[in-house]
Amino acid sequence: MLQVSLYRYNPETDQAPYMQDFSVDTGDRDLMVLDVLELIKADLDGSVTYRRSCREGVCGSDGLNMNGKNGLACITPLSESVKGGKLVIRPLPGLPVIRDLVVDMSLFYAQYEKVQPYLQNPTPAPAIERLQSPEERAQLDGLYECILCACCSTSCPSFWWNPDRFVGPAGLLQAYRFLADSRDTATEDRLAKLDDPFSVFRCHGIQNCVNVCPKGLNPTKAIGHIRTMLLNRAT
Amino acid sequence: MVTSVTSFSRTGLSDWLIQRVTSLVLLAYFIVIAYQLLGSVDYTSWRLLFDQTWMKVFTLMAALSLAAHSWIGLWSVFTDYLTERMLGPKGNVIRLFCQLGASLALVGYVIWVIVIIWS
Repeated sequence: MLQVSLYRYNPETDQAPYMQDFSVDTGDRDLMVLDVLELIKADLDGSVTYRRSCREGVCGSDGLNMNGKNGLACITPLSESVKGGKLVIRPLPGLPVIRDLVVDMSLFYAQYEKVQPYLQNPTPAPAIERLQSPEERAQLDGLYECILCACCSTSCPSFWWNPDRFVGPAGLLQAYRFLADSRDTATEDRLAKLDDPFSVFRCHGIQNCVNVCPKGLNPTKAIGHIRTMLLNRAT
Repeated sequence: MVTSVTSFSRTGLSDWLIQRVTSLVLLAYFIVIAYQLLGSVDYTSWRLLFDQTWMKVFTLMAALSLAAHSWIGLWSVFTDYLTERMLGPKGNVIRLFCQLGASLALVGYVIWVIVIIWS
């Protein structure tokens, strides 16, 4: 039996959040954490609330904090997350909890919106597509794969303390994705909006984001590239 | 609301660059001091070292670098932890009070260094 400690909070009935313990029969299988949550919801307590959708690490819905580390529950096996026979599951840190493991991601999306995550090019669009060389296209590798699960930004202390002003690793990865795009012409405008003491420079390079990214991306490296672009622009 | 008005240079890039340049000045200064400490350390040698104009200028540069470096670092810490978000409605007042205290201390240290070195 696996001992699971689950963060519970229903603002309509609970005065404060609390941890609820469950014993889950996993049949000695190396299940994913999401499977364990499904077992709890199906067999032990149907009121347990969490987000999930694709259950294969594509949609980014089930970002959770499992034994202290953020990740996607659907692709995190118990063999990676369980410590000392126990699994503690909490919502992503730093964001307001709506209920149980569901957080309000408005601040996260507001920062994403701030970096204007879409191609900007006022020149008339060609009949078929804007072409890139293979080398130009390769610049986007490691950037476009982000699924916006928020595991990175919610593991970043700078985002915890200033979620309204620091763009956060997820937003900055997308900011660089468009700064690095040869088809985008808004580079100057994008950089001008990032040159304040908070948006980019609250990153102190501790690399929590790199440590937890379920897609193996490196936001710290992208932030370094943005800093270099800002420096080149100013000198 | 946390704003940038009390930051050292108002822009993130300048603060970031100043912090790195000042760290290099401090590194060079501490290497010189460490080199001196490895040799003979007595009043005469110490006095001879600090009587030289280049050392006085270097020490002043190091003191100014330390003040700028510290202010940028402390400003980051203050605007992380001493905010309305963290401390409630009094957060901004507490932060400004701490910033005032830190800036007075840093200016005081620089003046103190000038008095010691150039008097």
